[in-house]
Amino acid sequence: MIGPMLAEAWHAMSANRLRTFLTMLGMVISVGAVILMLAIGRGAQFQVEQSVASLGSNLFMILSGSSTAGGVRLGGGAAPTLTLGDVQAIAELPTIAAVAPTVPGGAQIVYGQNNWGTQVLGTTPSYLEVRDWQLDAGYPFTDSDVRSATRVALIGQTVAKNLFGEEEPVGKMIRIKQSPYLVIGLLAAKGQSLDGRDQDDTILVPVTTAQRKLFGTQFQGTVRYIMAQATAPEAMAGTERALNQLLRQRHHLQEGADSDFSVRNLTAVANTAAETARIMSLMLGAIASISLVVGGIGIMNIMLVSVTERTREIGIRMAVGARQRDILLQFLLEAIIISVVGCLVGVILGVGGAVLANKITETAVVITLSSVVMAFLVAAGVGVFFGFYPANKAARLKPIDALRYQ
Amino acid sequence: MSPDAVIRVERLCKQYETAAGAVPALKDVSLTIAPGEFVAVMGPSGSGKSTFMNILGCLDTPTSGSYVLNGKDVGTLNSDQLAQLRNKVIGFVFQGFNLLPRANLEDNVALPLVYRGVKKTMAATQAREMLEKVGLKGYRNSMSNQISGGQQQRAAIARALVNRPRLILADEPTGNLDTATSREIMNLFTRLNKEDGITILLVTHERDIAAYAKRLVQFVDGRVVHDGAVTHLEAAPA
Repeated sequence: MIGPMLAEAWHAMSANRLRTFLTMLGMVISVGAVILMLAIGRGAQFQVEQSVASLGSNLFMILSGSSTAGGVRLGGGAAPTLTLGDVQAIAELPTIAAVAPTVPGGAQIVYGQNNWGTQVLGTTPSYLEVRDWQLDAGYPFTDSDVRSATRVALIGQTVAKNLFGEEEPVGKMIRIKQSPYLVIGLLAAKGQSLDGRDQDDTILVPVTTAQRKLFGTQFQGTVRYIMAQATAPEAMAGTERALNQLLRQRHHLQEGADSDFSVRNLTAVANTAAETARIMSLMLGAIASISLVVGGIGIMNIMLVSVTERTREIGIRMAVGARQRDILLQFLLEAIIISVVGCLVGVILGVGGAVLANKITETAVVITLSSVVMAFLVAAGVGVFFGFYPANKAARLKPIDALRYQ
Repeated sequence: MSPDAVIRVERLCKQYETAAGAVPALKDVSLTIAPGEFVAVMGPSGSGKSTFMNILGCLDTPTSGSYVLNGKDVGTLNSDQLAQLRNKVIGFVFQGFNLLPRANLEDNVALPLVYRGVKKTMAATQAREMLEKVGLKGYRNSMSNQISGGQQQRAAIARALVNRPRLILADEPTGNLDTATSREIMNLFTRLNKEDGITILLVTHERDIAAYAKRLVQFVDGRVVHDGAVTHLEAAPA
């Protein structure tokens, strides 16, 4: 039964090639658009999510406060109010998983013939834990390195590439501000941060080394900012309160006085960015989905014309014994073929377009099987849905009315 | 009135609803047709004979009255069962042939078999047999709109015969054909009636066509005004 019906549908569709092609084109464009938009949206989402993940989870950044000197108010971090003592006190809070002080500064690094200007970060071993950062080679420095302020360094991928090229960096001596440092580890690649900075363009040294030997701050033992990690996402709010309380107490601030530090919830910021990307991805998909409905309406329109044109034919078929469901199936089959073939071509064009967009504009695209399958199923469903009404209209014709139709 | 009548209609009425009100097309028509009869239905235009044929062919439904076809009360059947009757019991032949224009003769003749669920190769074989029977042996691949009217009507008759129906209903089958071709078609009907015992009901308004039949039913204004053997033809008003 299905065999002759498929042949029949093919016959009818090839009798109106241009019309069939144009109807299919509607489906092709809509499915292609959905897949392309989803790929681009997901790509953007993926990029943001990766940046968020590279930051580390449940993170607080505690900045030392601003200072006012002669009426000139300097920005946050200008006055060195945070100390290593603060770091130790924070580490003892029950909801803190890890905490790391940071003393950042710029420096020129030299290895052999090569030199490279980068950011040098003085910190403790727990920085790697806080930032969820792995090593590709070598070992991290230890607490004893921090205690004795040894000249050791962990270098980022970008630094390694610029100084060493293809050479193995671990075990080599580099010069930071003229002094020799031993490279003991190579940090894993982290990629771009949310604001587009290259996180791999950095060097980590023990915090004490940075304080005493590299940057020689005017106030011994102070740090620029502290990174702290809470134990769980639910503990974030409580931890933020506890941090404020603890530091105000340690800094002997009176009730009502401004804090000389600020606590920032980095994860909240990151999550907002991720959420924005997700919504953008959804919106792209939703807008493209509208074209699916338009494509479906195209099918319905053509099928209605087809039913009207072929009313007599329907009458003849009924007169020789076609049942309602035979007629229904015949027209539904045509709608299904148009939408399924249109969808298949649309999938090919959509995936191809996404790959092309990736090649030409270097936009990140993510094509998931589920989005392709979903676009295909939805579009095919739309075709069947919009094909059903005309097919049903044809099937419900009275034989005599169909035969008499001029 | 044998109990195994092919057709038995009683007090059949049909009204058409128009903007000007209900227009009666059939008024209280009662008729019985036994197996193997060859009946000509005559009457002026608008006398209701085509309406009558359409109801007999299960293409249209009566407003009131009963119609028993092949022992089944047609009024109680659903659309699928009616489709089955049209498929298996009745072969309909139209004035305008009503072949599918985009299909060749073999596919046209095989169409009722397709709706009966017969396998494609089997259907093709049977369709070829029927084409041969109506004298269209070499035409199975011809497109239906590229042959003469007489050939088209033969193909339509082959299509009507392919499911071996008990009854053939022909609504002015020679209306679009010239005299010589009409004669060939009528000879074909006569042969089917005689040799295969198929009951034939034929609407015409030409006396010499009606003369091929054995029984004549005449309609005027939706009523049967004459029902008798064809020998009364000369005496009957046209």
